[in-house]
Amino acid sequence: MRGFLFVLSALGVMGLAFWAYHENYATQGALGQVRDLHAQIGDAHSRLRMLNAEWAYLNRPDRLRDLADLNFDRLGLLPMLPDAFGRVDQVAFPPAPLSQIIDPVDISFEAAPNGEEPL
Amino acid sequence: MIRRPLRPLARILRARAAGTDPAMIETAERRARVEVVRDRARLRAEGRLLLLAGAFFLAFGAVGGRMAVLAASEPQEPRAAATGSPIIGQRADITDRNGRVLATNFETHALYAQPPMMVDPAHATRELAAIFPELDADRLLRDFTGSRTFLWVRRTISPEQMQLVHDIGEPGLLFGPRDMRLYPNGAIAAHILGGASYGREGVDAAEVIGVAGVERFFDASLRDPANEGAPLTLSIDLTVQAAMEDVLAGGMALMNARGAAAIIMDVHTGEIMAMASLPDFDPNNRPAVLTTGDQSDSPLFNRALQGVYELGSVFKIFAIGQALDLGLINPSTMVDTSGPMTWGRFRISDFHNYGPELSAMDVIVKSSNIGTARVALQIGQARQRAFLDSLGFLVPTRLEMVEAATGVPLLPRDWSEISLLTISYGHGLSTSPLHLAAGYASMVNGGTLVTPTLLRQDQVAPGPRIISAQTSAQMRDMLRQVVVRGTASFAEVEGYEVGGKTGTADKPRPGGGYYDDRVIATFAGIFPASDPAYVIIVSLDEPVETSGAEPRRTAGWTAVPVAAEIIRRTAPLMGLRPVIEPAQTDGVIRASN
Repeated sequence: MRGFLFVLSALGVMGLAFWAYHENYATQGALGQVRDLHAQIGDAHSRLRMLNAEWAYLNRPDRLRDLADLNFDRLGLLPMLPDAFGRVDQVAFPPAPLSQIIDPVDISFEAAPNGEEPL
Repeated sequence: MIRRPLRPLARILRARAAGTDPAMIETAERRARVEVVRDRARLRAEGRLLLLAGAFFLAFGAVGGRMAVLAASEPQEPRAAATGSPIIGQRADITDRNGRVLATNFETHALYAQPPMMVDPAHATRELAAIFPELDADRLLRDFTGSRTFLWVRRTISPEQMQLVHDIGEPGLLFGPRDMRLYPNGAIAAHILGGASYGREGVDAAEVIGVAGVERFFDASLRDPANEGAPLTLSIDLTVQAAMEDVLAGGMALMNARGAAAIIMDVHTGEIMAMASLPDFDPNNRPAVLTTGDQSDSPLFNRALQGVYELGSVFKIFAIGQALDLGLINPSTMVDTSGPMTWGRFRISDFHNYGPELSAMDVIVKSSNIGTARVALQIGQARQRAFLDSLGFLVPTRLEMVEAATGVPLLPRDWSEISLLTISYGHGLSTSPLHLAAGYASMVNGGTLVTPTLLRQDQVAPGPRIISAQTSAQMRDMLRQVVVRGTASFAEVEGYEVGGKTGTADKPRPGGGYYDDRVIATFAGIFPASDPAYVIIVSLDEPVETSGAEPRRTAGWTAVPVAAEIIRRTAPLMGLRPVIEPAQTDGVIRASN
């Protein structure tokens, strides 16, 4: 009985040692993965910052004003002035929906009998 | 096991034969047995003690060894237990109230050289001088061929320049990563942001530190990694700021002014929507501080915050407002304006003669110095001083910028009766335009104190009461009348019910006395006057309007039109709808023929 317990505990210790070994490497693997992910997040972050900075730089008010001036012929953009505000009753009602088509007319057909192309 | 008998027969017989006591033999045998047992027990105990000592030695040895290892090793971030993201170690961004970036970071590289590693210093110098024209080639060559082992060539270089330097192929030219502070909007809001520079520098990294403005004031929190890069949100609206600076620069050029300052502030929360001082600078390339001459000539000088001036008639509102609140007068009380008024050796006169008396309302509308001074006499020095103190006019503002503490109001040495009179119409007490903005906001927002702030506020509890709500309404009415039929008629912006007060103050000479032809023209306005949302201050330094037969310098001709244009441009941007009177519409005319 005692011998059996000895063997059992020795096997237990070996099992635990194997488990600990395994866990150790699993943990290190996970840590490495976390480090990689952090590095990726860091890269993404700096990319994002760069893009944000570029966006802010391209949209700086001076540049937008110059662009609006340069393209005035095409776009006709003006600074927002008080007369840009309107009243609700100045807004047109949406156009009435089209009346239902009750007499459909086919405008295309599957195969022209004389071989001519459908329009 | 062979046991030795206690009484071995042979020895017993021999003893008997010899006549000795055989019991002695038994005793000796017993003793021998006990000794054997004792020896064995001792050995065992000694072994155990040794084992125990060994175990303790190992245990303490392990603790001691671990301590030695920990003491000798480089400190390291615990990887598994690190909370949050370890990436965001950069200085936080600064954004405007809508999240538009005002300051951010940009990854660039620094260029440094290690002359001992260099192969061909002369070639490298030639190439570097071609890439960076501002470098001094002779000095660079001296540094490269001298005894130096390390030198910085450039603090920041662009990726293109980096590639060009790379192409030189010199192993002694090396790059270190650098975070560069970038202000993408250039000079817009330059004085508020301030600027940044490098603190401690290493090859691998450098500290970015704020040198002025909010960058300096919030330096610690911008750099605090615990904030995880959360941006600092200011109350500034970038669009409003840009439009205001645009108009102000145009106005300053038209009015031939030396400088200009403008502030737009929320009258309820004290949030500064826009604040500008011209001339300004580019915070990406902050100019050096003047070492000689007057600091107020430097573009770094913030006229809106640091410039303390006698602001003139815009102050009349406070004297009249206090008298109304104390119940000394009401808007229709007639005030004696016959002049000139003499007080000791001092003479107070008006711009025009306004006749023997005016109502309190008209004292403000026509801006009568004599009328205001007579009202101030009823208030008295102590009450005037306490009132201005409660509005914050006697101490620097507590705005979140390092420069705020330098905007110290200049007070009269002794608050004499003559000070009482002159301060009532804005002379003898020098304050910054920001003080004035806060004072006006407190007067018109229903009468509670407003503290100016540069941080976006979601909700602000009303401050302590300064004047009653009824007085505040009367002040709004008076300010509106100044625009409708008084000195600020150019401030009328259709749809926005602008109210306000002009102030034209002679500039003091450095030696004493005042200049005749140099003024500070100020307009302090509110809009819309019936329920004010914003207060606007526009101040021009030495403006001259030359379209007429003779040069005009009064605020009504200089600061007011600029302020009106600013309101016309910025009010729609802040979402204020103009109140449009129903226009004459071209109705459809029924006609028949």
